[in-house]
Formats: sequence, structure tokens, C-alpha cells
Amino acid sequence: MTDTTGVISAGAAEPAPVAEPRTVGVGPYQLAWRRLRRNKVAMAFGSLFLVLVAMCFLAPVYSKDIAKIGANTNNVTGTITVGGKQENVVSTDGVPIGPTFTRHYFFGADENGRDLAVRLLYGGRTSLIIGGIATLIIIVLGTLVGLLTGFFRGPVDATLRPLMELIWSFPVVILGVSLGTALALGGIGPIKGNSLLIPALIIGVVYIPYLGKPIRGEVLRLREQDFVEAARAQGMGPWRIMLTEILPNAASTIIVFVPMMLAYSILLESYLSFLGAGVQAPNASWGTLISDGLNYISTTPTFSLIPGAMLVLTVLAVNVVGDGVRDALDPRAQIRIKT
Amino acid sequence: MARFIVRRSLSAIALLFAVSVVVFGIFEVIPSYNPARAIAGRNANPATVQEVSHKFGFDKPVYIQYANTMKLIFTGQVIDYQDDLNVVDQFAHKFPVTLSLVIPAALLWFGLAVVFGSISALRAGKFADRAVMVGAILGVSVPVFLLAALLLYVFAFKLSWFPNTGYSGLSNPTQWAYHLILPWIAIAALSIGFYSRVLRSSILDMSTQDFVRTARAKGLSGGQVFRRHILRNSMMPIITMFGLDFALLLGGAALVTETVFNLPGIGQYEAQAIGNLDVPPILVGAMFTAFFVVLFGAFSDILYALLDPRIRLTG
Repeated sequence: MTDTTGVISAGAAEPAPVAEPRTVGVGPYQLAWRRLRRNKVAMAFGSLFLVLVAMCFLAPVYSKDIAKIGANTNNVTGTITVGGKQENVVSTDGVPIGPTFTRHYFFGADENGRDLAVRLLYGGRTSLIIGGIATLIIIVLGTLVGLLTGFFRGPVDATLRPLMELIWSFPVVILGVSLGTALALGGIGPIKGNSLLIPALIIGVVYIPYLGKPIRGEVLRLREQDFVEAARAQGMGPWRIMLTEILPNAASTIIVFVPMMLAYSILLESYLSFLGAGVQAPNASWGTLISDGLNYISTTPTFSLIPGAMLVLTVLAVNVVGDGVRDALDPRAQIRIKT
Repeated sequence: MARFIVRRSLSAIALLFAVSVVVFGIFEVIPSYNPARAIAGRNANPATVQEVSHKFGFDKPVYIQYANTMKLIFTGQVIDYQDDLNVVDQFAHKFPVTLSLVIPAALLWFGLAVVFGSISALRAGKFADRAVMVGAILGVSVPVFLLAALLLYVFAFKLSWFPNTGYSGLSNPTQWAYHLILPWIAIAALSIGFYSRVLRSSILDMSTQDFVRTARAKGLSGGQVFRRHILRNSMMPIITMFGLDFALLLGGAALVTETVFNLPGIGQYEAQAIGNLDVPPILVGAMFTAFFVVLFGAFSDILYALLDPRIRLTG
């Protein structure tokens, strides 16, 4: 029995589905992934990023099996043989050796005679871990704040939004550095002052508004749409609407922000560490290495420029991939750029 | 206009209050930080620390400490813990250095961004456009201290074209510019690409608007349409960005550049204060910045209204 009145009769026997050739549906994310795969530049930089990450996470292997020196092993008075010639790791006037391109001191040494290549990889691992944790914090809390302020408006919006505005109107570097210096001294709760979690936490908090504000705008737009109205009419509660109706529709905006926030976080970590408010000695990160090397910029420029190059390559790769992801998720934006 | 000024002033006061409370709070929660010990010196005996603590009022409740500090700041009597110098005097003394650094750099990047952004939009998809795109993505991937280090190495140490670090007063303009060219480039270079990119997409959006067609239809030349109609209306996004960036730099966000090039501006002062956990200069610096953020936010809104008569000033 077919229903011609347009009223859905509950419990009516469904007609057996007619077997027609099924077209395989392609979801928007699959389409986006296809578009991204066709973007050769983005894929190349994506691979570069993976290679850099793999290198940094293999730091312990390089340290143990190739360079045979720890990241924090001092060797001020040591000598090495370069091209059959005996050379000081740190010269008598305190200038560290430059790149040897041998298994020991491949990129030279720092002022304490520590192997720069080993520290570069360990430092990179530190920078990436901090950037990753910070990005996770930004994405989770930024999305949450954006959803709550956009969806509930009223008192929730009135309390959370001024907080975001407050963080927003501080220079990121000054706020981050103040927090970093303050917390490096005393730690926070159970976290010790020299923990990597501290810079990650600071970066995460400082950048929450960067995601929270756009998500809020997106949610404000979505909550007025008909499908939300329909969900409400069906009797869905606000939390369920937020999580099953609005969040999936805001997902592409969030995805676009992931690489962007990762790039921002890695960069801010380098600023904090450069100013002494991020990763604390003896641990290294790319920022601390560049900062240490700046004292020898006239004699051993590779000391700060090599960590700098690693940092720039990583952030550049993340940014290029991020651009590709944005174009893939929003094809209209790509058309606009190409015109 | 009067309403606009009143409302903005009120929000400025609210923001300054909030910023000062947050900064004060950050340093209040540090468990192991005792400013009295910092002032008294490392080897002071407990009695001296006690005395200093009493003299500076650190033994009073937090809100009284806060009120006292604010009173000292607004009467211009606040001194830093490290060197007993008057913080307001220090800011007045160091601000010209920051102005010398930031204003020419800002003009450089804004001017070049308008030129490059226009070229990029007019020749969209061509080589020049792609070059700007690459510049933009590099600009957001390079930290300013690394560019500064690279410029120092190449142009100061290797080629010896410019002095390596330091500042020379404006009384000798040639020396002044000679010392500041590298810092100007370091600050400007990274922003040009991004600003050009934003201007470019704004121009492309604007070019399809009806009023542009009207302007063409009434017989204006291509150049006139571009300058008077398209470009003028496309400037808003970069004016907003510029207002905020410029304000942050004036308030001390140039601290990294000032540190690398050893320029004794307020950024370097703030960086040192942060390193020493010297609260008064950090507090004054943060409020100084917030003040500029509000001021330039208002300026860019006024500029909006001037550029586009449809927009009216609202608080």
C-alpha cells in the first residue's frame, strides 16, 4: 500500500526495495581527498614534512648508533680528526667547530662541545611534540569555546567572549613570554617548571581565540539553518543538536585550521624558546639552538642557520599542505584564486 | 562622532583594567617568586627581605598591592625592581627608538604590499602573482629572529655593508638610517607577502561588484576605475590588519627584532624585564600595548568611514 496523502503512516509495511544498480556515493571528504592528491605541490611538501618528522623521531637512533654521543653530553676539551687533521671541538678562544660532514659532529658543535646534529634532531622532536600538543589543545578547546559561545549565546557567550577578546588584544609573544617565564620558575600544579607541557599549554591557551572566534561565527550561521530547526522540531536536545548537527557541518572549518595552528604553534614555540621562556636548558628545541647560535653568527653561522633552516622547512611544509587542504575542502576558493 | 569617542574610551578603560589585572595576576600566582628577595639581592638576610617587603607593600593583600601599583603608574612614580629606575621615564626615553624602528618599517611594508597586491591581482595567475604567493607563504613560515640573524650574517658580517648592531640617534639622519636599514627590512619583509595576498583577494572580489561596472559604463579609464573605485574599496581588510599589527609593534611586539639588533627600545626593555620577572615594566608595557590596540582600532574604523561613505561610525 503506497501512501499518497503525504502523511507518514507509522507501522505501514515498507514496499520491498527495488533492486536498482547502486551508484557508489562519494562523500565530500573523499572528493576533497581526491582533489588534495592531485595537488602535486601539496603532496610533495606533505612528504617532506613526514620525512622531517621521521628524522626527528629517530633522534635516539642517530645519537646512539651513528654519532655515538648524547644530546646533552659536553665535550669542551675534546678533539676530532677531520680530513686526517686533529681539530679541537671547541677552539681555545671558545668558538665551536663548524660542520665536519662526518659521523661525528656532522653539523659541528655548540659552545659546550655538544654534537649539533644530535641536538638538532632531539630539538626538532621537542619542537614537534610541543607544537602537536599545543595544536591538540587549541583544536579541542577552541572548538568547544566556539560551539558553546555560538550555540548558547546569552550568559555563556557573555562570559567566554570577553576572555577571548582579552587574550586576542595581547601581543601573542609578550603574553606567551610572560606566562613562560613565570611558569618556568614555579611550574603549575603537578607540572614541573622545566616540563615540555608548560610551553605547549601556554601556546594552546594563547591561540584558542584564533580558532574559537571563527568557529563561533560559523556556529552562529549554522544554528539559524533549517536543518537545525528541523532537529529541534523532532525534539532533539541542545547538546545533541550541537554534537550531531552543528559540529559535523563545522568540521571542514576546523580541519582547515589544524595545519594552520600547527604551523603557528611550532613558530610560537621557537619565539618563546628564543627568548628563554620556552624549552629550558639543557633540553634543546629549534628556537633555543638558533638563540644559542646567534652568539657565534660571525664565526660559525651554521650554528643558528641550520636549525633555522629545519624550522623554516617544517613550518613551510605544514603551511603548503594547509593551503592545499583549504583548496581541496573549498573548491570555490580555489577557483577564485585561479581567476 | 562624540558618541563613538565616548564608547571607545569606555571600552579602552575596561580593556586596560582587564589587561592590568591579568598581568598582575600572572605574577601573583607564581609560588616561588618573591619580589622582595629580587630587590634586596641574592645574599640579603631575612630581616632585610622583610624590610624591603614592608617598604614596597608586598606584605599587604593582593588587591591593595594592585591598587597601589596602579596609583604609582598613573602618577608616573612607579620604579622597576631591578635597577630602581622610573618605569615611565624609561618608556619615554626608549619609545623614540621603537618609533624609529616601527614607523619606517610599517610604511615600507604597507606601501610595498599595496603595490605587490595590486600587481598580483591585475596579473592574476601570471608569474608575478605566483611570486607574491610564494613570498606570502614564506613570510608566514620564517620567524623574524631567523631573518634578522640571516641579514646580520650576510650584510653585516660577510659583506660589511651595514653595521652589525646598535642604534644611532635621529640627530644624524644618515647614521640613523644606516643603523636601522637591516631591522626595517627584517620587520617589513615578512609582512609584505601576507598583506599583498589579502589585498589581492579583496581586489578580485571587488572587481566583480556592480559599482565597478557602473564606473566603467560611465566612461572612466581602466586606471581611474582601479585607483578610485576598486583599490579604494579593497583596502579595508589590510587597514584593519595594519591597525592591529602596528599597535602591537609600537607596544613592544618588536622585542625580538630589538633584541637581535640590540636596539634600546621599549621591546628590549620589556624583554629584559620579563627575563628578570620585573613586574612594573611588564605591567606598563602590557597596558601601553592595549592602549595602542584600542587607539588604532578606532583609527581604522574612522578610516573605514572615510573610505566608504556607506559605513557609519558605531561604538
